[in-house]
Amino acid sequence: MEKQSISVWFFIGALLAIYGVLILGSGIYGLFVPPNHAVAMSHLHIGIWWGSGMVLFGTGYIVRFRPR
Amino acid sequence: MLSACFLQAAETRFSLNPVDLIIIILYFVLVLGLGVYLRRFTKTAEEFFMAGREMTMWVAGLSFISANLGSLEMMGYAAATYQYGILVAHAYWIGAIPAILFLALVMLPFYYICKTHSVPGYLKLRFGEGARSLSALSFAVMTILMSGINMYSMAIIMKVILGWNIHFSIWVSSLTVAIYVATGGLLSAIFNEVLQFFLIWIGCLVIPVVGLIETHGWAGMVHRIQANFPGQDFMHMWSTTGTFSNNPMGAHWTGIVFGWGLAISFGYWTTDFLVVQRVMAAKDLRSAQLGTIIGGFFKMTVPLIVILPGLLALAVLPYHLVPESQGGLPNVHTYNEALPLMLARYCGPGLLGLGVTALVAGFMSGMAGNVTAFTTVWTYDIYKPLIRKDASESHCVSMGRWCSLLGVFVSIGTAYLVMNFSSIIVYAQVIFVFFIVPMFGTVILGMLWKRTTPAAGFWGLLAGILTSFALWLWVKVDPGALNFVAFSGYAKDMSENMYRAMWSLIANVLVTVVVSLVTKPKPDHELRGLVYGMTDLPSEHAFPIFQRPITWAAAVGVGFIALNIFFW
Repeated sequence: MEKQSISVWFFIGALLAIYGVLILGSGIYGLFVPPNHAVAMSHLHIGIWWGSGMVLFGTGYIVRFRPR
Repeated sequence: MLSACFLQAAETRFSLNPVDLIIIILYFVLVLGLGVYLRRFTKTAEEFFMAGREMTMWVAGLSFISANLGSLEMMGYAAATYQYGILVAHAYWIGAIPAILFLALVMLPFYYICKTHSVPGYLKLRFGEGARSLSALSFAVMTILMSGINMYSMAIIMKVILGWNIHFSIWVSSLTVAIYVATGGLLSAIFNEVLQFFLIWIGCLVIPVVGLIETHGWAGMVHRIQANFPGQDFMHMWSTTGTFSNNPMGAHWTGIVFGWGLAISFGYWTTDFLVVQRVMAAKDLRSAQLGTIIGGFFKMTVPLIVILPGLLALAVLPYHLVPESQGGLPNVHTYNEALPLMLARYCGPGLLGLGVTALVAGFMSGMAGNVTAFTTVWTYDIYKPLIRKDASESHCVSMGRWCSLLGVFVSIGTAYLVMNFSSIIVYAQVIFVFFIVPMFGTVILGMLWKRTTPAAGFWGLLAGILTSFALWLWVKVDPGALNFVAFSGYAKDMSENMYRAMWSLIANVLVTVVVSLVTKPKPDHELRGLVYGMTDLPSEHAFPIFQRPITWAAAVGVGFIALNIFFW
């Protein structure tokens, strides 16, 4: 493990942060342009909350495990 | 071609947006990139087949549990929950936790100290070539078969739910796994499994969170289930198992405890090399033990993303799901669609892509587990001892890489075979479950009883395998035999499996003991490092109490007991 220059946790953080941005962006877009077929509980705008959480989580991992 | 195949989904049950497609494609790009990146770290045989035995406890533990969290298991158990209720959580609790803790505390030290590359490798050291060859050949065949069945199941789901072309699904997903396993070996498989663990959890956790908000909490969910299915008890794990006819599974507590909790569970978690290989790659014994316990903790929590969605489906879906045999009609959904339907219910653009990626990740982690285990067993337990005894290390690595590709192609062939004979899915699961049960009897007697002889190891294993096949055939030929095999004609498939596993283990143990008593045991000096009482096990006393495996195993054990009492 130690000889790898990039930690697996960094990859995970990067992917989750990117996914978080995409899901958050999609959720915000849905606020202004509601989709034709709304999902159940769509008033919760779960995409915004989930995407934000993923961005925070992923960013934390990126910072903590960034290549040095 | 790519977008055409993906965008067929617009006409099916899910409607994928461009952002969903970006999420799915990005995942494929990253796993391939990881495989290529990690190739530089897998030059030697130890690095390719055992990931250099350098994994930390967290990496080993998450990989251990992720390899078990295949898409077939996720969707299968969600479907089973819709059918049988919370009883299915036994698969995650009594059907896993005691065995995982036993592996960590009792069996892992022997696997680790003897430095074997595989479970059949341990059988070679303990019992000789006969037991090793029998277990290795059976394991290789079963692994490939299971890999193909997983692949086919995944492709079917992608076709039914997303409208993806079935051949496209099979080839793209399989070739991705083949490339990252062949380039990076076990190291790449483990790293991807850790990544997949996060994706599976984050992708599937949306369902219970939003679902419980919709039902106004647990009590609201139970109330809705009772209203939707009056007179049926889906919410108790033990209190309805006093008789076979009192619960939807047709299960009795004896079958759950001795068949599921002992025979099937200990067989799978302690001797199935697919999962054991992950923790054997840990950097030291303590990391391997703690990694296993970490895996056990997360196994205990998996019902949150598999069982709870099944229960929520019972509560919130406006229609009743039907068995697979009654599917195929317009607007009729089957049990197997429970998890994907719940994803579609709650996940809008972006989240849906994440959910589908979680299912694909589940498939890939399950398949990579099969392929890496097959590759190691083939190279070390079949090719080197039986075909080319003088194979060099570099030749073994090369064989491993080619074998990974070959394993995937054979699995694809198996998937197409299954496509023509769909009932094989059921049969193969039965065969797979019952092959590993006798293996547990052989391994545990070999580890704990030094009198067990090499001949007994071979004949006991063979007797267990033959017993399981014979009982299965008996019930197929004469369904009335269920009254003898499972003690009740009410027993459904899962319940029947529990009792067949129990008989298989009993046959294995009886034959092993009897043959041991009439044949010559190995001398003591050949058993060092392999048998309890003949092995110097490292002491934990040098570590603070909060760094000892026994402490964390006890904590997981307390959680396991509390959950069973809570859902009694």
